[in-house]
Amino acid sequence: MSDHLILRIVGKFLIPYILLFGLYVQFHGDFGPGGGFQAGVIFASAFVIHTLLFGLESAERIAPQWVLKIVAASGVLIYALVGVAAMLMGGNYLDYDFLAADPIAGQHIGIILVEFGVGLTVASVMMLLFFTFAGRGEAS
Amino acid sequence: MILEQLIDIFLLVFLAIISIAVLRIRDLFTAVMLFGIYSLTSASLFMVLDAADVGFTEAAVGAGISTILMLATISMTGREEKPLKKKGTMLPLAVVVITGATLVYGIMDLPPFGEPDNPVHTHVAPRYIEQSPQEIDVPNFVTAVLASYRGYDTLGEVVVIFTAGVGVMLLIGRRRKRKEGISNE
Repeated sequence: MSDHLILRIVGKFLIPYILLFGLYVQFHGDFGPGGGFQAGVIFASAFVIHTLLFGLESAERIAPQWVLKIVAASGVLIYALVGVAAMLMGGNYLDYDFLAADPIAGQHIGIILVEFGVGLTVASVMMLLFFTFAGRGEAS
Repeated sequence: MILEQLIDIFLLVFLAIISIAVLRIRDLFTAVMLFGIYSLTSASLFMVLDAADVGFTEAAVGAGISTILMLATISMTGREEKPLKKKGTMLPLAVVVITGATLVYGIMDLPPFGEPDNPVHTHVAPRYIEQSPQEIDVPNFVTAVLASYRGYDTLGEVVVIFTAGVGVMLLIGRRRKRKEGISNE
């Protein structure tokens, strides 16, 4: 799509705002609609636009597949480890009350960390899926 | 009140029209686009029901990323559906009519829409609404329910997404081997 000047300019202009909106949805999920899941999808869609405009190779230079694989796994790991941390501090699995001296603060820490893990995994898996599909389409 | 009902009817009729159009269209590209519109209309319906988080997810996942993934699939498989073999249409019709009639019969057992003493409003919802400000203190208690009360469920969902990614990469993510001249396909 690199010969479509208008699409390329508008897309380039939109990408930073989409990334910013993704981060907003990620960290504003406690206060308004949203959370890690939606944020991850929005964040990944910026990379999808980049791939459509500048090609797969350019996108994979920014987000190499091996990095995405590690990020996808570490998101799940962060989530699971928050649960283990709660157990080590004396509570049940994923009982955030015990993550800090004050139960409410513990809940807030737990929710932010857990949502961060969700966002990492969703964003990187969505990007991996798209890159895999797009790469396959180019190959055949 | 009347306006709200008009919007509901409009959106539901729109959904029905899109579904019929998807069934009748042979061009897969158009079908995928119609699916995207279908998701967006569903998202509007969720917004009318005040379920902002669900509507948001439907718009981002249903209308956004799944449309793109389906388009990527079409770019591999080709955009024309194979023509249907003309076989007996009576059996499928009977199955659909019986299933539909069963579902409509099942709807009659549902509690009336929007009544305050429905089971859904009297089970755990009041506890979440009344206790979550003291226990968790985040303004959006959908987040409190998803990330804290139902944290274990959400962990499962993340694992499902991760597994889906691993599965896709194992099945079709073998681009590098192709360059070495090894064909596993």
